[in-house]
Amino acid sequence: MAENTPLVEMKNISIAFGGIHAVEDVSIDLHAGEVVALVGHNGAGKSTLIKILSGAYTRDAGTILVNGKEAQISNPRDAKKYGIETIYQTLALADNVDAAANLFLGRELMTTWGTLDDVAMESETRKVMGRLNPRFQRFKEPVSRLSGGQRQSVAIARAIYFDARILIMDEPTAALGPQETAQVSDLVRQLKQEGIGIFLISHDIHDVFDLADRVVVMKNGQVVGTARPGEVTEDDVLGMIILGKCPPGAVPGPGALQMAA
Amino acid sequence: MTDVKSEAASQGAGAAAESAPARFLKATELDTRMLGMLGALAVIWIGFHLLSGGLFLTPRNLWNLSVQSASVAIMSTGMVLVIVTRNIDLSVGSLLGFVGMVMGVTQAEFLPDLLGFGHPATWIIALAAGALLGALIGALQGFIIAYMGVPAFIVTLGGLLVWRGAAWWVTSGRTVAPMDATFRLMGGGPDGAIGAFWSWVVGIVACVALVLMLVHGRRQRRKFNFPLRPLWAEGFLATVGCALILGAIAVANSYPWPSGIVRRYFQAQGLPVPEDAFIAHGIAIPVLIAIGVGVIMTFLANRTRFGRYVFAIGGNPEAAELAGINTRWVVMKIFILMGVLATIAAAISTARLNAATNALGTLDELLVIAAAVIGGTSLGGGVGTIAGAMIGAVLMQSLASGMILLGVDTPLQNIVVGAVLVIAVWLDTVYRKRVKK
Repeated sequence: MAENTPLVEMKNISIAFGGIHAVEDVSIDLHAGEVVALVGHNGAGKSTLIKILSGAYTRDAGTILVNGKEAQISNPRDAKKYGIETIYQTLALADNVDAAANLFLGRELMTTWGTLDDVAMESETRKVMGRLNPRFQRFKEPVSRLSGGQRQSVAIARAIYFDARILIMDEPTAALGPQETAQVSDLVRQLKQEGIGIFLISHDIHDVFDLADRVVVMKNGQVVGTARPGEVTEDDVLGMIILGKCPPGAVPGPGALQMAA
Repeated sequence: MTDVKSEAASQGAGAAAESAPARFLKATELDTRMLGMLGALAVIWIGFHLLSGGLFLTPRNLWNLSVQSASVAIMSTGMVLVIVTRNIDLSVGSLLGFVGMVMGVTQAEFLPDLLGFGHPATWIIALAAGALLGALIGALQGFIIAYMGVPAFIVTLGGLLVWRGAAWWVTSGRTVAPMDATFRLMGGGPDGAIGAFWSWVVGIVACVALVLMLVHGRRQRRKFNFPLRPLWAEGFLATVGCALILGAIAVANSYPWPSGIVRRYFQAQGLPVPEDAFIAHGIAIPVLIAIGVGVIMTFLANRTRFGRYVFAIGGNPEAAELAGINTRWVVMKIFILMGVLATIAAAISTARLNAATNALGTLDELLVIAAAVIGGTSLGGGVGTIAGAMIGAVLMQSLASGMILLGVDTPLQNIVVGAVLVIAVWLDTVYRKRVKK
């Protein structure tokens, strides 16, 4: 993780809904081939911050740099142009259409006649799903009929199919059993090796310590601090999440508990 | 080789445990819901036929039924897309009245002063003016719904009152007649039908298209190694499909012109009137228009980006937005389309009546919504088919004309139609719950 230009840099981001500052003056960065975990309580502002990067929300203040250049992201289409793909906590699947339609939603493959090329899309879907979830066979069914794990793999397939450079995973294992969770962990390591930068949002501290290069802790919309899993313990991070107390091994942020010196 | 293997795979494990009908449905990939609707339609037709002492299933009644269904069927194809995106359009009846009135005044009063009476371009100018007006009104309503965030129910409820009032204002309530001679062909009648020869041509073209579609589908599946339908199932679909098409043409071709019109036809040509002259109607032009609209709308819904987005928005509006779809623009386009379809329906209705009245299309919005819903469109959004809605329109019209044939009083007709609507949706709910399990 040398001092080269970060893949993404979010600087001094703020957003408020009504009078509530959901995200306040947050700065984070992400390098190629790095996994940065965002942790914190429900309502700490993790998902909101990430939705600003993926274009679902428009920030009130702050700048986003991609490869050191300022990026204009005001809707999800913009974010995708910068190679930012997102796996949402809610999965954001259209339940009434099949896996292929979801995978290519908004980026359909077309025939030379300008019509939908469903056959080609299904064929591509079969390929990518074969890699992620080899036992998956229900290509013709609406995704509402699929199991939680199958739906999750559709959402993941959608994010990785289009050569993402920056991947946002919001609770990617929330709906999964232990075996599928392990599969996702393997996938994260594999993507990391391919040089993709990953923002990982998770409640599971073990997962985070297992996968992340850096952990950013958020509380009440602010960054408490950033730590490397090797340099702090899981209890330290829990202390950051619950109390906002920054341990010696971590870099404190604006949200850190101010202690009497 | 591939063929055999994938056919075996498609019938896969557990095929032995399935009953013969289940295997049949699986092999032909027919939609059971659609079959159920066709079954219900058959029951209604046969029921009325028996009750009316053999009056219902006659070429004459079926031909009239097809013409009477056309207007509502056309609008129901647009209503499917509206409802699929979790919206509603209560204004289509009034829109039909207003646009019909404007088209009527254009061709009966405005253009004759400008171009002279009976100018050959009259009908097309009137129609284009109507289509433009319909699209503009649809765009206005769509804009308010999609970009200003007013619920569709409210916007179109307002439209229901506004456009009906506007229809009255055009002529202060006066009925406008007669319509241009060419324009009138869109309404059906002995002149507004394409005759036996061209009907057969249409039928044969439709059969060829059906077979080509099946062949193309099979080729595509083979190209990508997908499971194929067994050959017998493909043959079955082709045979039954063609038989239905040609059967419908035969019915349309066995409804003769009335003898008075036949006599005038021969006299106009200066020929002696033959004793047993038989000139068939053939397919009515409004029906042909409705079928064309159905084909185009099915294509739009299933084969284009626009259609895919419509269904995705209906399934999960938030997901569609996050996938980068411009959901507002899609919704606005749907309402523009609805406006144009209402215009086509208005042209057929005014042409059939040979007059534009300000009451034209009153309560049509309810028939159109009922047709779409009976046709399997879910008010919860995300589900619906164009063909289903069109069959729904025919079903509603069958009930209405069947009861008229039986001499049922109007109030009782309304009671029956209302009850059928509720029962149909209830049955659909039960069916969907069972399918889910």
